[in-house]
Amino acid sequence: MSAQITMTQAINRAIDEAMAEDEGVILLGEDVAAKQGGGVFKISSGLTEKYGEKRIRATPISEQAIVGACVGAALAGFRPIAEIMLMNFVTVAMDQIVNHAAKLRFMSGGQTNVPLVIRTTTGVGVGFGGQHSDMLEAWFAHVAGLKIVTPSNAADAQGLMRAAIACNDPVIFIENILCYGLKSDDPGPGHIVPLGKAAVTREGSDCSIITYGRTVLDALEIAGKLSEEGISVEVIDLRTIAPYDEATVTASVQKTGRAVVLHEAVKQYGTGAEIASRLNEKLFGKLKAPVTRIGGAFSAVPMANALEQAWIPNKDAIADAVRSAVNWKG
Amino acid sequence: MTETTIDRDKLRDIYTRTMRVARADEKFRSLLMTGKLAVIYYTVRGQELVSAAAMAALEQDDYLVTTYRGQHDQIAKGVPLNPLFAEIAGKVGGTCRGKGGSMHITHPETGVMVTTGVVGSGLPIANGLALASQNRGDGKVTMVCFGDGATNIGAFHEAMNMAQLWKLPVIFLCQNNRYGEHTAFADHTKVDSIVTRARAYGMEGVKVDGNDAIAMYNMTKAAVDRARAGEGPTLIEAMCYRMMGHFFGADFSYMPPEHLAEMAAEDPLPRLRQLMLDHQFSEAELDAIVADLDAQMDAAAEFAANSPLPGPEEIRKDVFEEEIAA
Repeated sequence: MSAQITMTQAINRAIDEAMAEDEGVILLGEDVAAKQGGGVFKISSGLTEKYGEKRIRATPISEQAIVGACVGAALAGFRPIAEIMLMNFVTVAMDQIVNHAAKLRFMSGGQTNVPLVIRTTTGVGVGFGGQHSDMLEAWFAHVAGLKIVTPSNAADAQGLMRAAIACNDPVIFIENILCYGLKSDDPGPGHIVPLGKAAVTREGSDCSIITYGRTVLDALEIAGKLSEEGISVEVIDLRTIAPYDEATVTASVQKTGRAVVLHEAVKQYGTGAEIASRLNEKLFGKLKAPVTRIGGAFSAVPMANALEQAWIPNKDAIADAVRSAVNWKG
Repeated sequence: MTETTIDRDKLRDIYTRTMRVARADEKFRSLLMTGKLAVIYYTVRGQELVSAAAMAALEQDDYLVTTYRGQHDQIAKGVPLNPLFAEIAGKVGGTCRGKGGSMHITHPETGVMVTTGVVGSGLPIANGLALASQNRGDGKVTMVCFGDGATNIGAFHEAMNMAQLWKLPVIFLCQNNRYGEHTAFADHTKVDSIVTRARAYGMEGVKVDGNDAIAMYNMTKAAVDRARAGEGPTLIEAMCYRMMGHFFGADFSYMPPEHLAEMAAEDPLPRLRQLMLDHQFSEAELDAIVADLDAQMDAAAEFAANSPLPGPEEIRKDVFEEEIAA
């Protein structure tokens, strides 16, 4: 068996490699320095010892000031990484992200740019309740000037983080709390996964499931089960949610003729609506069934595990959506 | 110890910067009045000297972050007039190819890194520019300008705390023009002075008559020297007046007559002129400076008028590094 690496180790390694290469790579966030334990999720463990407190800066609980400082440092030519401990806390920094990081390149006519990575953690399933669990990628996908990335496995996490840091535009990098312990075969040092490229994680011919992040695992599990029923499912892991790899998605659905778009975020007005809509625009008349969406329920994320499990996209519902598409009679 | 005198060359420099700001503002108001320009415009009448004296204490490569009412800061910092005029007119020859406008003037060659249309948002960004300088050891300082109204938004407080915590080479220049949009200072803030808020963060804070050229320059210079020496940030509260409404053409009947009279008496332009005469500059020399500036304003207005309109393809450019597909 080859060497394995967890997603936590993978992200840490990507940041470590980028910091070793470029003095301008810095990390700002609450509790991220060695003195505070290297971050709540230990992503920056060991980095202060190597790069010092000028580059690994533990901040006050001041999300606007964290993102704003990273925007400013990026304008000066640095490649800062802002750690926003939990994705719901980006709400406090929205002005800096939406009005500034996303728009300064455009509003300056290309004179300035903001090579910034905002790392943030979230996820449903650990009982953190309504203000610590949301997937808010659709909010950012609606803003021109932001790229949004989320890995579904450790190797991609390493490669996507390197690409995000190298990107000359702001990137929102979403880490799912339930995925930190996932192990991949170690991709080795220097691994890069380009932004904007989806992965065909499992090939199939009857229906495409288009998804990203933690729900890729659900999609793969369902695809395995459905193969026993003779249904061949193709799983597309977007990896970059926006701008997404439309060529790969369209080609897959052109081949299968059916698509289910799956995400953990609330279904209403989610990124699934955009993807389904674009598939209709591109493939109307070639689709064998309507494109359907599966997402979180339209409520705050509940705390009680029983409710949380009822809230989250249900594996049976995903399988049923695929079966309905395959059996669609019009 | 802050100096109380100034050398003649510096004084001439401040006068020239002040009048460049004033004549540009006059020119814009005349273009708007005669219908040659139809854009949102935030006049800087009354705040010319504050910026001129402050920017005279900076080097060209020091960073500046300012706000939508920032034309005095930009011009005093050195943004060339032709692209500035063209930007405000929304032309392709503008600093930002017409994509930013007066609220988003950007000109890195003169250190103008961000002009924001959101009150208070510049302060956290200024910290980041200063942080880069601190890590690089490049000796640059960052100045961020904002009004009294900005000191009630959270970004101000987060940024002040962080700047002092990390001893960043940043100068917070609060141009206290006594109004936040239409609301008078006493109706939006319970403390007498913004400087007290510097003390709340353990930061050096000084209050200065922004229309006193010598005091304004020397106070800023002292803060710049401190920042360059690694001694950390300073909040400067520069008292001044916004002599017109919130934006050009806006009603300002809410300003009481006694406030208007007080403003007129404190108008920085005649006051600076008198200071120049007191320092043995001749009327003829001062007039020549203004005449030269007016010629530059005419040329800039003409440049802007003749500059082409941006084409629709600009919408796809500068969203990301790579152009967006049509």
